[in-house]
Amino acid sequence: MTQSVTQPATQQLTRAQHLDLYYYMQLNRQLEERMVRLFRQNKIVGGLYSSLGQEAVSVGTCYALEKRDWIAPMIRNIGALLVKGVPPRDIFTQHMAKFTSPTLGKDGTSHFGDLKVRHIVSPISMLGDLIPVMTGVAMAGRYLGQHIVALTWIGDGGSSTGAFHEGLGLAASQRAPFVLIIENNQWAYSTPVSRQVPIQNLADRGAAYGIASAIVDGNDVVAVYQAAKEAVDECRAGRGPRLVEVKTMRMRGHAQHDPAEYVPKEMFDYWKGRDPITLYEKYLTENKIWDAAAKSEIDARIERELDVEQKFAEDSPLPPPELAEEGVYCDGCHKIEADWKRAKSEVSPPKSSIDPTWRLKDLPAYTQAAITGGNGAKNPAQKPVTVPAATPPASPALQKPAPAPAAERAESQPEHLAAGVAAEDPTVPRVPFGRGPKDKAFRQSSENPQNKPAYSRAPKEKSFSRAPLEKSFSKSPRQKSFGKNAQGKPFTKNPQDKQGRR
Amino acid sequence: MSHSAPNLSSKTVPTSGPITMVDAIRQAMFEEMERDPAVVAIGEDIGVYGGAFKVTDGLLAKFGRERVIETPIAETAIIGAACGMSFLGLRPVAEMQFIDFIACCFNQVTNFVAKSHYLWGAPVPMVIRGPSGGGVHGGPFHSANPEMYFVHTPGLKVIYPSTPSDAKGLLKSAIRDNNPVLFFEHKYLYRRLKEEMPPGDYTVPIGKAIVRRAGRDLTVVSYAAMAHTALDAAVELAKEGIEAEVIDLRTLLPLDKETILASVKKTNKLLVVHEDTRTGGIAGEIAALVFEGAFEDLDGPVTRVTALDTPVPYSPPLEERFLPNTEKVVAAARKLAKY
Repeated sequence: MTQSVTQPATQQLTRAQHLDLYYYMQLNRQLEERMVRLFRQNKIVGGLYSSLGQEAVSVGTCYALEKRDWIAPMIRNIGALLVKGVPPRDIFTQHMAKFTSPTLGKDGTSHFGDLKVRHIVSPISMLGDLIPVMTGVAMAGRYLGQHIVALTWIGDGGSSTGAFHEGLGLAASQRAPFVLIIENNQWAYSTPVSRQVPIQNLADRGAAYGIASAIVDGNDVVAVYQAAKEAVDECRAGRGPRLVEVKTMRMRGHAQHDPAEYVPKEMFDYWKGRDPITLYEKYLTENKIWDAAAKSEIDARIERELDVEQKFAEDSPLPPPELAEEGVYCDGCHKIEADWKRAKSEVSPPKSSIDPTWRLKDLPAYTQAAITGGNGAKNPAQKPVTVPAATPPASPALQKPAPAPAAERAESQPEHLAAGVAAEDPTVPRVPFGRGPKDKAFRQSSENPQNKPAYSRAPKEKSFSRAPLEKSFSKSPRQKSFGKNAQGKPFTKNPQDKQGRR
Repeated sequence: MSHSAPNLSSKTVPTSGPITMVDAIRQAMFEEMERDPAVVAIGEDIGVYGGAFKVTDGLLAKFGRERVIETPIAETAIIGAACGMSFLGLRPVAEMQFIDFIACCFNQVTNFVAKSHYLWGAPVPMVIRGPSGGGVHGGPFHSANPEMYFVHTPGLKVIYPSTPSDAKGLLKSAIRDNNPVLFFEHKYLYRRLKEEMPPGDYTVPIGKAIVRRAGRDLTVVSYAAMAHTALDAAVELAKEGIEAEVIDLRTLLPLDKETILASVKKTNKLLVVHEDTRTGGIAGEIAALVFEGAFEDLDGPVTRVTALDTPVPYSPPLEERFLPNTEKVVAAARKLAKY
């Protein structure tokens, strides 16, 4: 994997493609700059999430896909939508809640999709859900013989969700043609990566699922493109899924309301010096791929286009109120038809029929070697590969934080531990590991709390074990705290209760 | 271990004579997968083993691993993947090994699957099916009736059949529907009753209740296993001269308001029986519906017989206390009839 990504980029991308990458990144940035202004003019109804500084991730990864491939963006992947051919007006109108938006005003931001033409699945705010969904897209594409790749992104924050792990597990077990880009922008809202996960590279997660992964500098658009292209090609060749961790930096707050004062100034300063568009402009100039005239021509084109698109959005009406009542169900408004690229007979009986028994070859864990982790175990994963040319220089802000000093650690512990009080009552010995309460040796041992006079010889204990069920139930010391029913009245279990105890 | 060819004959569904609900559901799966290669099955242990209740037994042998997809224990992944597949025009049928486990993928179902069409015009033609309900001493995590979480979720359809023929016809409708459908299979009914299937490729429409027994004195609305309890109670009540009209809802969302209102306007009294817990159960919704649409017709208080507002307890006497039964329904109906 290292080989192809370290080859000079100029061998892989044409001049037109190089300029494309610039166009989309700049379009992404200028579009968002305009939306910030619209937000300040109160023309954006809800929140506005910036991808400033992350343009190379959205653009570089999505540019590696073909038209037939599927994406599901996150909220900061506006650049990917643009590469997929979404007109900027859709993004303006979505944010402005206009009737002309792809969702007709029913949802905002980049929460929209396009199943038929551009193959985009809409994100939702619950992070990680797209991973199993796009795994399913990849599986269906393979089933239908379409040779597609499905790609989605997840943040460093979202990589902690259950859906992330369930989705990766399924994708790996299905060998789905699915690419996951972990867009590590260092911050999950206000929480830095180091406080979310105890590992330096989120790409390491891949190995645990048997998924080959790579790490790439997210502010180097060419490196991002190449890493993504490699992953996409591998998936298309049937060697998926793949994971790419892209290291970048969120240069604004979580959304417009958040000034991100919790980010150390040095960290912002460091990443400001690595702005992906500035870096790429320098790269294009140094490699003589463009000149000043080419740049100003593209910049002017972007301005022209955005003027038109923004005007369209601003002039668009809000949706009619009665629209709120429509569209809960699909009552034939959409035609559902799979695009078969293989013969249906291949997946129909008798061709589809198999012997459904497990074979020994499917079950490697019957040899000693497999049990001890030797040659019986299959693990197609490669070690995560760092892209050497792309690794950002070490900076104080990027160092893995040293283990916290003892005093600080204590602070971060749960209150009852920090205060010096043990979580458990030290007078009660634990049942030794692996021994249940029925273990004879333990029952007889002096460590058993039941063998201590204060505990075990109370008559109630005897009655609990020897008396007929009903009696012992009513006398058990536990029953006082048995609970209350939904009407707030204590449960009564039998007449003895009422007479004897209450 | 022998590697002989699979004995398909033992894995196919009986084609004539009365069959159980399990076989009726299997028959629907076989027929729909045969009819349309876009139909696939996904879930835990649904392949070689044939599913925890053998509902998918034989599917793998006939349709292969591409169409009978066995997954890790990951409900969010199952529902997410099924949803993704439906975006490409497939019609996945996802199995929850027990419907209780749908709680594990609640977010995926309610936020992603249910909202897709309304928000961004993406239909999700998938079915989520699984065994539900109590009365079999399954304990608190294998007996639940979580239907109302989903009845409260716009965008879903919720089906809960009570007979083998309805189960088959409704599952076929669900698979052919363009919307996400939750299909509850009461496990108490899986093998306790047998019924002859109507001939041919028949379906039962979603959203239509059925009057199981006509009567003039009061209307008893119920569904799933409790529909049978209500019918048993109606037999008892008839001995006392009380003629109960029993409605089996079959579909909970969308609710067949017309059938309920028409019956109440005739009998003037309404009793709702369900196995779901009381607070927030569909009885409350039906009561409100009747107050809105037939208040002037009522001659007595809308009455409920439901499970207790507790988790489903394990031990037989506790579960018996928890669940509605014929005696409880008869008592409530008698009181209402006299009102």
